[in-house]
Amino acid sequence: MASGPRQKFDNPVIEWVDSRLPIFTLMNKEYGVFPTPRNFNYFWNFGAIAMVMLVTMIVTGITLAMHYNTSTAGAFDSVERIMRDVNSGWLIRYLHMNGASFFFIAVYIHIFRGMYYGSYKKPRELLWMLGVLIFLLMMATAFMGYVLPWGQMSFWGATVITNLFSAIPLVGDSIVTFLWGGFSVDNPTLTRFFALHYLLPFVIVGVVFLHVWALHVTGSNNPLGIDVKGPQDTLPFHPYYTMKDMFGILVFLIVYVAFVFFMPNALGHPDNYIPANPMVTPAHIVPEWYFLPFYAILRAITFDIGIPFTDIVFIEAKLGGVLAMFGSIAMLFILPFLDTHPIRSATFRPWYRIALFGFVVVFLILGVCGSKPAEGFWVPLSQLCTLLYFAFFVVAIPFFNKKEPVAELPPSIHQAVLTSQPVAAE
Amino acid sequence: MTADNAHSPSEDGSTRRDFLYLTAAAFGAVGAGSVAWPFINQMNPAADTLAMSTTEVDLGPIEVGQSITVMWRGKPVFIRHRTPEEIAEAEAVDVSSLRDKETDKQRAEKPAWLVTVGVCTHLGCVPLGQKTGDAKGEYGGWFCPCHGSHYDTSGRIRKGPAPKNLAVPPYTFTTDTTIKIG
Repeated sequence: MASGPRQKFDNPVIEWVDSRLPIFTLMNKEYGVFPTPRNFNYFWNFGAIAMVMLVTMIVTGITLAMHYNTSTAGAFDSVERIMRDVNSGWLIRYLHMNGASFFFIAVYIHIFRGMYYGSYKKPRELLWMLGVLIFLLMMATAFMGYVLPWGQMSFWGATVITNLFSAIPLVGDSIVTFLWGGFSVDNPTLTRFFALHYLLPFVIVGVVFLHVWALHVTGSNNPLGIDVKGPQDTLPFHPYYTMKDMFGILVFLIVYVAFVFFMPNALGHPDNYIPANPMVTPAHIVPEWYFLPFYAILRAITFDIGIPFTDIVFIEAKLGGVLAMFGSIAMLFILPFLDTHPIRSATFRPWYRIALFGFVVVFLILGVCGSKPAEGFWVPLSQLCTLLYFAFFVVAIPFFNKKEPVAELPPSIHQAVLTSQPVAAE
Repeated sequence: MTADNAHSPSEDGSTRRDFLYLTAAAFGAVGAGSVAWPFINQMNPAADTLAMSTTEVDLGPIEVGQSITVMWRGKPVFIRHRTPEEIAEAEAVDVSSLRDKETDKQRAEKPAWLVTVGVCTHLGCVPLGQKTGDAKGEYGGWFCPCHGSHYDTSGRIRKGPAPKNLAVPPYTFTTDTTIKIG
């Protein structure tokens, strides 16, 4: 990757290695002197925090795998053995269990940051799309991981979610049998979920590498959303942002370990401490909290879509729900192409800013709906919020493209930062 | 054949080299597909899983009005020895008023015995109604507590979100009082 003459290192060992494989030159270029906008706020910590959580999950996951028994007869007991008998097993498992939640917290904030400051816009479209791909892979990994302890929620969550594929016309049932490796969620299902749960994090690492690579081609966005115009607008990544990231990581880890040590089961569901039983369904099946908004969208489609007042149905309710759920993530994927407004940062887009806060509120309400039984007024509320979720992408954003005034932007980052008036506030 | 021949275009502008490219690519694609297939197909049910896919049930000990649950392919199967009232109720329903239009005759080979897969057609929960104390729903059959689907004495969906009737598994009477499911 290095081009042009290489700068020599004083240390002879480093110099010996670097002249044969310029890895120190690469690290210095990408993480040492890398020019980074000088006006980052704390929202810019969450990429690094997510990276720390990914590493945490891989380390705790590999150590758990050394004690886990992949069979329907042994899985639940082996997890309880990890909790009671394996040295520090309780700590490693609680770190892994809560680590999933905190990984998602970091990533949700990271996604919000991208949406608020327009980080998905040109020239960072591909960078954003790789990020959505990472999010999808995380969801698949987390879903399969939740099945492994083989408790009641594991079993019934897996049953409900794999059954979604039966909604696909014609081949649905064959696909579900294919996914299960049998005629219900059973030993073959558990074994393949474990294999894939072990594999996918490394696929995530690969996509994260591409994500960071793309980031280092375009450079970071910043809270003003204006381009870097010269060296006066940037700071070297080290020590300025290595220190700031480190501070943010430590604050985040404090909250994380507070959960691990003092309320390790607060984010889980007690039913998952009951061994899986294919003959008894829990009264109320809920996914992990980070899936709740999407689960609410899935359940919001309770009606068939077809020609009114006839029996002709194009899309059955079940398929409609599945399409809406995947569609909600597809919206994120195509966001860079939906939003063509010339201004990136919501700081200078009051209309978009209000709509985005509305969108966050709708997303949170959907999360609450997803945690409730699908009955009573939760059903119409989910339907309304699902409608608003999609309206943000296909109504509000195209409307803003045409109508939202194009505000005057500060001339450069350093001028905005160095003037005493808070330019960004208005 | 000379090197010139290989590169000189024929009347339609294609060369022998183009043909070689296409056949090489086609062979490569077929080869990759043949190698990929075993790695995809291994996910489908294995021979031992398929071998476990039939279950024999002795109906002898089941009294009139009693229900039992057996396992078939990892799923619960409900077998109900229906009372004459339950049969009459199931047969009296106006089929055109149903969501999933099936007559009781289509669902029960012998009216006394109703055999259904005990999995709600909504999202796969196991409905209540097998035990004496269970809620049986408004139509005297089964009731799914997950999202409130009511099934009648023929296992047909009558109320709630489920789209279909409880599935009837393939089964045959091997004797008067024994069935083989699957």
